Amino acid sequence: MISPTVYLARHMQVMLSTLGQMIRSPMSNLMTIAVMGIALALPAGLHIILKNVQQVTAQWDGAAQISLFLKQSVTDKQAEQLTTILRQRQDIKSVTNITRSEALEEFRQNSGFGEALESLEENPFPAVIVIYPTEQSDNLLTVQGMLANFKDRPEVELAQLDMQWLKRLYAIMDFGRRGIWVLAAMLSLSVLLVVGNTIRLAIQNRRDEIEIIKLIGGTDAFIRRPFLYTGFWYGLSGGILSWLLVTLSIWLLSGPVSQLATLYDSDYSLSSLDLNSSFILLGLSISLGLAGSWLAVSRHLHAIEPE
Amino acid sequence: MIEFHNVSKRYPGFGDALSQVSFKLASGEMAFLTGHSGAGKSTLLKLIAVLIRPTNGQVLVNNENIGHISRRRIPYVRRNVGIIFQDHKLLFDRTVFDNVALPLVISGLSHREIGRRVRAALDKVGLLSKEKSLPITLSGGQQQRVGIARAVVNKPPILLADEPTGNLDPELSREIMDLFAQFQQVGTSVLIASHDLDLIAQMGSKVLTLNEGRMTAGGMHNEPQGGFR
Repeated sequence: MISPTVYLARHMQVMLSTLGQMIRSPMSNLMTIAVMGIALALPAGLHIILKNVQQVTAQWDGAAQISLFLKQSVTDKQAEQLTTILRQRQDIKSVTNITRSEALEEFRQNSGFGEALESLEENPFPAVIVIYPTEQSDNLLTVQGMLANFKDRPEVELAQLDMQWLKRLYAIMDFGRRGIWVLAAMLSLSVLLVVGNTIRLAIQNRRDEIEIIKLIGGTDAFIRRPFLYTGFWYGLSGGILSWLLVTLSIWLLSGPVSQLATLYDSDYSLSSLDLNSSFILLGLSISLGLAGSWLAVSRHLHAIEPE
Repeated sequence: MIEFHNVSKRYPGFGDALSQVSFKLASGEMAFLTGHSGAGKSTLLKLIAVLIRPTNGQVLVNNENIGHISRRRIPYVRRNVGIIFQDHKLLFDRTVFDNVALPLVISGLSHREIGRRVRAALDKVGLLSKEKSLPITLSGGQQQRVGIARAVVNKPPILLADEPTGNLDPELSREIMDLFAQFQQVGTSVLIASHDLDLIAQMGSKVLTLNEGRMTAGGMHNEPQGGFR
């Protein structure tokens, strides 16, 4: 009965007129949009921060190294022999031998405790052999096997895997990721309720109109349409606001971060929301706006019947 | 066009608002529905607009039994029934034009067609010059005529009016009634609930009289399950 072009034109008209209504009463609508924007910016911002941390730590991945602290009784020559043996292993990329005197020298230069060392009669440092596994064997399981193997050697006092802290960091980040999901879920729910409540009030304000439209033969879809479009606009503007908030925050942080990076001899810079994430953020926000208004409309529209 | 067969409507706790009502209104026929207040006039009109459902009996509109139609069908039935309310039921935040256009917007007509038909309807009720006015700036009689324009703009085959002249002086009432007579002449079935007996007598149309929910005049008496009166 209704031609597609007229149908489409009607949708466009409702879409624009609901936007017009929102613009005409900016204050109350801005409140709703601000709540949505802030609620969505929080998990989005945390997500970005986590992603940046991941980017930084990804560079450290495969940086497993095993330090063998040799017994005091082991001579430099014995250490050299051990180093040669280790170099021949297939699963080892490179080996560095730090003799006791080298270790002492290095400490003297870097620590600033040089003078304190003078007073010691004997070099307190053990010789250290630092082992870098090849890329193939650079996974936790293999490296831990190697570690157990080295521990048993008679020359070795202590074998230490310098990856523990990275594992811990990953565990913390996993925890953080999970935490962000939980936070995002809860804040999404609150966005849903905020939109739902706003639409509920809009429905109540237009009760007479809804009754009259029902009296003269308006279908549920016809009555629902402007409210759904209102939800859509809330979602879109809330999403844009949250995008702006995140982008602005990243921009504000990028100065100090690059300063910090310079201090670490890195040219690292904070990455903001990429195109993909931006669309996901907007899409999520629009879906929440639509879902919230749908909930309100389906709950409250049936209750309004003309008498 | 409209047929009632032994229609009863019972409100739980309040008894029968209508009992065993049977009557017919042919296509292009005009009739008045009278009776003291509480006799069931409004209930009868509401049944035709599917605002309420009958407890018993059949309500046929355009040969369709509307007593048991699904909720989804109701809007399409109502589009065939133009209703004029005593309290006009206009939207006060919209212009006269937008008020009258509403049924056409709902039906999904094109913009141009809507403009054409709304102006034709406003012309018919003599308010073409008021199309941009807000209803609040109009007199009671003018508001009533906006309501009539909205009810007829879709050219429905049935026109219902609930006390359309309730608050108007005799001269304005007569004008409104003449307007209804004109719609009847172009083939619309018109049913007007009114207790203005003088005016009804002037119009010379069929009169259906309700008394405590029973049709005491104008109805059909040969119903198989008869038993009323």
